Amino acid sequence: MTDTTTAVPHRVSSPGRPRHRSGPPGEPRNVGWLYALPALLVYAAFLLYPLGRAVQISLYDWNGNTLATWVGLDNYVEVVRDPALRASFGHALVLIGFYAVLPLAVGLVLAAILGRARVRGLGFFRTVVFLPQVVAMVVIAVAWRRMYSPDGGVNDLLRALGLGGLTRGWLGDYTAALPAVGLIGTWFEIGLVTVLLLAGMGKIPGELYEACRLDGAGPVREFFTVTLPALRGEIAVALTLTVIAALRTFDLVYVTTRGGPGTSTSVPSYEVYNRAFQQGRVGSAAAIAVVLTVIIFAISFGITRIAERDR
Amino acid sequence: MRRRPTTTLLAASVLGALALTACTPGSTTGSSPSEQPSGDVNTDPASMGEVTLTVWDQEVRGGQAAQIEQLNKEFQEKYPNITIERVTRSFDDLKTTLGLALSGNDAPDVFQANNGRPDMGKFVQAGQLLPLDRYAEAYAWGERYPESVRKYSSYSEDGTTFGTGNLYGLPQVGEVVGIFANTALLEDAGVDEVPATWADFEASLETVKSAGELPLVLGNLDKWPAIHVFGTVQAQTTPADQIRTLGFGQPGGSWTTPENTEAAQTLVDWVDQGYLSKDVNGLGYDPAWQDFTKGEGAYLIAGTWLQADLASAMGDDVTFVLPPPAQGTPVATGGTGIPWAVSSKTEHPDAAAAYIDFITNADAMTVLAENENLPVADTAAQKAPNALGQDVFTAFGTAVEDDALVPYLDYATPTMADTLGAALQDLLAKKATPEQFLETVQKDYGDFVAQNG
Repeated sequence: MTDTTTAVPHRVSSPGRPRHRSGPPGEPRNVGWLYALPALLVYAAFLLYPLGRAVQISLYDWNGNTLATWVGLDNYVEVVRDPALRASFGHALVLIGFYAVLPLAVGLVLAAILGRARVRGLGFFRTVVFLPQVVAMVVIAVAWRRMYSPDGGVNDLLRALGLGGLTRGWLGDYTAALPAVGLIGTWFEIGLVTVLLLAGMGKIPGELYEACRLDGAGPVREFFTVTLPALRGEIAVALTLTVIAALRTFDLVYVTTRGGPGTSTSVPSYEVYNRAFQQGRVGSAAAIAVVLTVIIFAISFGITRIAERDR
Repeated sequence: MRRRPTTTLLAASVLGALALTACTPGSTTGSSPSEQPSGDVNTDPASMGEVTLTVWDQEVRGGQAAQIEQLNKEFQEKYPNITIERVTRSFDDLKTTLGLALSGNDAPDVFQANNGRPDMGKFVQAGQLLPLDRYAEAYAWGERYPESVRKYSSYSEDGTTFGTGNLYGLPQVGEVVGIFANTALLEDAGVDEVPATWADFEASLETVKSAGELPLVLGNLDKWPAIHVFGTVQAQTTPADQIRTLGFGQPGGSWTTPENTEAAQTLVDWVDQGYLSKDVNGLGYDPAWQDFTKGEGAYLIAGTWLQADLASAMGDDVTFVLPPPAQGTPVATGGTGIPWAVSSKTEHPDAAAAYIDFITNADAMTVLAENENLPVADTAAQKAPNALGQDVFTAFGTAVEDDALVPYLDYATPTMADTLGAALQDLLAKKATPEQFLETVQKDYGDFVAQNG
């Protein structure tokens, strides 16, 4: 009740005041900021302020304990110039293929099959596919590290298949390590993508399929003319989530390889941790983090723009 | 939609303004090297009144946890006026949180700070550690802790020189990297005695190999284990003084010497001869030593911290020796456990020092030995819990007595652990020649020394 009594006189009096120049009808008034203020304050305190601090720290040479010295953009110059750091960003881009593109391809097929199948226990299969998402990444990494070890499950399987020549210490092999780490990501993300796509498929009206079938389309044609276009939104969401996961990969690399062998699996997030907490180069770590944030922002912004464009 | 650029601009300018105007990182912490306090120190804890000491440690596993719990209990019983508030963290967690804690106003009084430059060195630079020299004198620590041990927690007052200067911490346990040998396997392969010289050791690798067994177990997936193997080889090729200069990151050393090249070449030869585990970079450290306990391999070059695990798994089939010397007396990579240090902000420096003295005195060393730790001082006087333990005690005692310890090579610079770890993986995988390997490491060392002044 108090709400209405205070609100009514305000609304009555406001047109009378000349200084409240009203804009076009429907245009939000400045008082809107007041409503947003509490949320904005929380957002500023817990997100904008730390972000600003990170940007600030990235302009200093600081070990975390002593007084920092101003170095301007030197830390950013290092990110661009240092070949090892550039390579780590390259590795993150490779991981996008494993975290986002591959799971999307597999997920589309899986979802198409699960969506069409009229088998009993569909819920069970859905749960199984989603299971990796429920397990903590560290646990997954520890398990896979064992499987990839020289006498681990992967090599046992290869030997059983008569492919003993392919066996190796997967995580210690210069060419195999990054794909090996990436495939863990693929395994992890397939469930998320599949379940997202399945949910999307459930919303496609059955008449579309019916019409398609009346025109004589088979399941493949049906998939490309009806299912795929209708899933545009879900695909965008799946890509955004998985691409971000790929770019900020940390725990997987930390547990499995620590960036090795050599530096062949180092990724930006691992470098951030390593520099900030192990090497005492907080400024440089902050610079990498800021660059990574900008890249993630740009890529996910791009994905949503493309997905929304010709809707 | 037209509004969007303005909002973005506004947000960006707010961020920018914040970034430029906020005070310099680190300016709120006391950043001048702390001065050596003067005056008499009180060494009688009973007379210190009611005191609460906050202690951060990482003694959380097995025998480590057992010894500190026992010592804390004894300390509390003896000095009920001093309350110990113990905070335990894992090694990694302590490392990542200690820096922030010391910068805050509520720093712990006593804590374990790792020896190297990224930890203790940085804290000394920031003036966050209390120099302990006055207490060393009052408690006569120098008599029980030889200089070769004390220098692992010594820094110059400005924190730039490692290995000399003020004493900033005192360790409880010692560490030395040596050779664990599976005596049963060696005998079967035709090596009756653990070799006493480096040449004999290398010859025995060949003997074991031709008997169809794996000579040397190494799992280097975690990057750092090969540092200890390289250090052990280098200690036979390169004079100890040169290794100390390089290891402590002091100016005047060089990595690109014929001696170091020989050490690197030896490792490559071992890979070529098949002396090391297959897929060495793909095998984890823990699985590697577990393989060794299962009889897969004759030797394991590793630190004394594996003593308890190996003894319980292998019984009398395993022994430990310092690396057999190429000439003269043995030289081995080694040092101390994580030293106990005192915050410069503590209100009770006397009580803090008394606590450190209590957990490192002669009685404490006995407690350490009983709980399967390697006491850093009075080592020879202790009775080991088992045969392997006795070998380890003897080896460490000899090393300290003969001044045979050279520092861990990754102490040298804040980035050396990564540089050397990655470079050694490259070397073992033959992605880099010994010369390229040494140039990579030299660059890290050289850049640091030039900048450190």
